[in-house]
Amino acid sequence: MTNWSPTVFTRVMLALAIVLSAFPLYWMLVIASRTNADAVAVPPPFLPGGNLGDNIIAVLNNEDAKFLLGLTNSFIVAATVTVSVVIISTLAGFSFANLTFKGRNVLLVLVLLTMAVPLQQMGVVPLYRLMVSLEWTGTLKAVILPYLLNGFGVFLMTQYTRQAVPMELVEAARVDGAATLRIWWNVVLPAVRPGMAVLGINTFMLMWNDFMWPLIVLTPDNPTVQIAITSLNARFSTNYTLIFAGTALSIIPLVAVFIAFGRQIVGGLMEGAVKA
Amino acid sequence: MSLDTPWDGSRSHRRRARPARRRWRSRFDVKAMPYFLVSPYFLLFAAFGLFPLAFTLYYSLYDYDLAGTTEWTGLGNYTALLGDEDFWRAVVNTVAMFFIATVPQMLFALFLANALNKRFKFRLAIRMSVLLPLVTSVVAVAVVFTQLFARDWGLVNWILSWFGVDAVNWRAERVPSWLAIATMVDWRWTGYNAIIFLAGMQTIPRDLYEAAAIDGASRRRQFWQITLPMLRPTLIFVVLNSTIGGLTLFSEPTTFYGGNVDGGSQGQFQTVAMFIVKQGFREFDYGYAAAAAWLLFLLILIGAAINFLFVRRIGGTK
Repeated sequence: MTNWSPTVFTRVMLALAIVLSAFPLYWMLVIASRTNADAVAVPPPFLPGGNLGDNIIAVLNNEDAKFLLGLTNSFIVAATVTVSVVIISTLAGFSFANLTFKGRNVLLVLVLLTMAVPLQQMGVVPLYRLMVSLEWTGTLKAVILPYLLNGFGVFLMTQYTRQAVPMELVEAARVDGAATLRIWWNVVLPAVRPGMAVLGINTFMLMWNDFMWPLIVLTPDNPTVQIAITSLNARFSTNYTLIFAGTALSIIPLVAVFIAFGRQIVGGLMEGAVKA
Repeated sequence: MSLDTPWDGSRSHRRRARPARRRWRSRFDVKAMPYFLVSPYFLLFAAFGLFPLAFTLYYSLYDYDLAGTTEWTGLGNYTALLGDEDFWRAVVNTVAMFFIATVPQMLFALFLANALNKRFKFRLAIRMSVLLPLVTSVVAVAVVFTQLFARDWGLVNWILSWFGVDAVNWRAERVPSWLAIATMVDWRWTGYNAIIFLAGMQTIPRDLYEAAAIDGASRRRQFWQITLPMLRPTLIFVVLNSTIGGLTLFSEPTTFYGGNVDGGSQGQFQTVAMFIVKQGFREFDYGYAAAAAWLLFLLILIGAAINFLFVRRIGGTK
């Protein structure tokens, strides 16, 4: 039997990985809780100071940065996209996994193909022109709509439904007289809930982090949180404490999601990878 | 299956009352409903996927001026791009940063996954903590690293000074800026890739290792001759993923220059994605930007093909 217990090398490796993973986040807190003179001192301070609250209030009260609006906008965008993507993907996933219809395999291959195209970079010019002609630039609609298209979600939910919902279950429900949509609601959704959680967390993180498209299609007076950080960064390029307090604020929802669902994130990534 | 809700009750009642209609409805439900369920995705794809792709191709064949008038140039934008020093610099920057970031990242992620695969206390907590970088915002991370890589008071230069290294101007010089940006990318994605590798490792049958151990293979040998070859499908997945992500790099280098897509005073770390945004949305040269987008796609296809062939060879000798 192979010895699976860790060697010294393994322990050092893991310790290093944890320290390196956590350090920049710790550093963010150190600078965010200091004064600007501390932030540019050599040698730098390594312990948090007492100014975190003041700095955060200063960021939130700053009229130019629109940070609170950025946080709210990001939340609206991420939540809307997450809910719609989960609904669209579970519907399509159920159809691909449990129903038979002509052209099913062709359509599924099409979904896979669309996943390989970097649409965000490829389609940016016409999408922008489209938003201009709809007069949607500067509004959250312009950010939300292109992201409702999520091939990865359809693929993930197809795989997940296939494994979580046996055909016999669907057949039995049909014999009982349930219509397709009702089977989706009463049989499929309860069974694929863990898959929905993984897709939901994933989508939320992706949308919260989105940067390039909002930078193009939004204006600084109606920003998402990432754009708000960027304008903080540009306007107060020497005021590190303010910028770091803002960046610390911007990751709170993600850290909260991670603390609540960390186990599912790890599990979901591992399951998804094995099936890919 | 319990479906005894009032709604269901009324349905069975209706079945008795109007059998013909019921039959028609159930035929419709079985035949057409699947298409309705998959249609939202395909409608969205038509509007926000197919339409932009087709129009990117269309725009790339035209010259746009600021007033919005268009003029057919055929492949003019493409030939101009191939002769454009700025474009080539962006291509070199992108490929170089991708390479500098990916090679150490894959190695470190592999070793890390191997370490995470051992038995130890707090295993879930440790696996979660290597994922911490993934759940923090890209822009926030880039802001922090930009400060760490500052010339005069950055932590990295301070540590380098212990070893007698002069302060590096990370943002102003080309290769150092690549290294700094590659570090941001690696910090974010190494743990994620390690978790994916770990998933692949757990599908490798234990008895392969037992047999190898009986034959006297050292653990290092087991890693190179069993783990790595058996991991090839996962490797292909991870490398292709990293290729697309690396060649479309945007957030980190843009944040590294205060949210500006120029990529430094000399464009020393401007990526192709930044070049596209600059041409399209700063210079308003839509046709040129669209052509650059298609060349980026070509670059990704070439990169993916090379990496695919490369990974297929790994461990294929045994």
